[in-house]
Amino acid sequence: MSQWVLETQSLGISFGGLKAVQDVNLQVAPQALYGLIGPNGAGKTTVFNLLTGVYRPTAGRFFLEGEDLTGRSTVEISHRGIARTFQNIRLFSNLSVIDNVLVGMGNSSPCTLAESILRLPRFYTSEKKLRAAARELLDVFGLDEERRTVASNLPYGKQRKLEIARALATGPKLLLLDEPAAGMNPQETAELTETIRFVRDHFHMTILLIEHDMSLVSGLCDELTVLNFGTTLMQGKTAEVLHSPEVIKAYLGD
Amino acid sequence: MDTLILGLCYGGIYALIALGYTMVYGIAKMLNFAHGDIIMAGAYAIFVVLSAQGHVILALLAAIVVCTALGLLSERLAYRPLRSASPLAVLITAIGVSYLLQSLAQIFFDSQKRPVTVLPPESVPMFGTTVSVASLWTLALCTVIMVVLTLFIKKTRVGCAMLAVSEDRGAAQLMGINVNFIIALTFAIGSALAAFASLFYLMQTSVVEPTLGAMPGIKAFTAAVIGGIGSIPGAMVGGILLGVIETFSSSSPALSPYTTAIEFGLLIVILLVRPVGLFGKKRREKV
Repeated sequence: MSQWVLETQSLGISFGGLKAVQDVNLQVAPQALYGLIGPNGAGKTTVFNLLTGVYRPTAGRFFLEGEDLTGRSTVEISHRGIARTFQNIRLFSNLSVIDNVLVGMGNSSPCTLAESILRLPRFYTSEKKLRAAARELLDVFGLDEERRTVASNLPYGKQRKLEIARALATGPKLLLLDEPAAGMNPQETAELTETIRFVRDHFHMTILLIEHDMSLVSGLCDELTVLNFGTTLMQGKTAEVLHSPEVIKAYLGD
Repeated sequence: MDTLILGLCYGGIYALIALGYTMVYGIAKMLNFAHGDIIMAGAYAIFVVLSAQGHVILALLAAIVVCTALGLLSERLAYRPLRSASPLAVLITAIGVSYLLQSLAQIFFDSQKRPVTVLPPESVPMFGTTVSVASLWTLALCTVIMVVLTLFIKKTRVGCAMLAVSEDRGAAQLMGINVNFIIALTFAIGSALAAFASLFYLMQTSVVEPTLGAMPGIKAFTAAVIGGIGSIPGAMVGGILLGVIETFSSSSPALSPYTTAIEFGLLIVILLVRPVGLFGKKRREKV
């Protein structure tokens, strides 16, 4: 077993001649809050897409707890334990809040399809357990009251929370958050910071997050990697990285 | 009154077929134009079992097996390799599968029309008139099937997963849902419904031929579009509406020659007034 939950070795992808991301080396320790930052178009979301199998890397490899997942399919990677949220919310907006979470729990169903169609006893007990687990998860995010609401009718901040809950429902070892604070006001962002920290502590979760909101990054992340034009600009402790002249230059220009 | 009951029977049949179209469209995002020919295959399965003096139930089971197998087979061999191809390529392939099934039926059974008697023509007095036993079975089973299907989609997690895939295939995959399995399951369910439809259709028409699936297929497709393609309640309501309109129109001496025109005319009117169909949701593309 590797000491890192996530490790990438020279991970990269080219689209034709364009090297969108190259030579990304991440080492994320258990229960870390690791930030991936960089200016627009630096390739942050592309890294997430590589780590979830949406894109296949054209260079390098990546490992989850030492297991090589390079080139695996999206579904396999999800089953192995990487879950994510999206920059622009992609909930199943016509399903109820609890159904969104239950869909994520598909990974953990112990009964076969035949059992669930025929509604054998094991189906009921497992279904009951799953429902209870789903409600517990919703409760953690303060969403249990609204579990019957259709997801698209939730206020924006709660939709973001539900997306995190749905990702956690798949039982991940590593949670990828793509700009969780996008479109939030300062108060919502502060609340979200608490939620993310809580998720880390309560679920002993390892979290890799992309973020633009510097107050969130500096308040939350232990370590950062800065991407610029698809390559690693700098890596290290949050405070050091944010005060580095190079990083400030990349963000603000000369 | 008996016109209404007959209309509801045809409506139920169209609804069952329309459900196959609409579920496959909603989840796999393709129009399976071979769906009508799956019904034809089911009808031949029933024909074979009944000619061998088999029981009706046995005939129905045979039809379910044949239809489901053909549905799964066509999905696996013809449509799955085209999962990321353009919708037009998939559409044309579906038309190809349709002709393939019709030609196979001609090879095995030649193109003669053959009579089939599913149930003896018995009637029972009801509502001041007589209603055929076949119609009663059709109505009862169609109702049960639609209720069960609705519960399955709404109440089970597999049903939820189907809705999730239809909404956002990419996100569903990232949540660990095996999309290929869900699509195959959708084809299996749609085809099994088609097997029931073929039995009920034979009860009304009593004739099998290789092109038997074309007309109910296209009418059920019309019903699915009227109801809003991709919408399950839409397919049910669209199917029943179309069946009732068809029966009333063909039982009136003045309108009867124009029945088909009225049905497809209704489609055009609906598309003009409400292009997404009765139950269709407007899709807003978010940027």
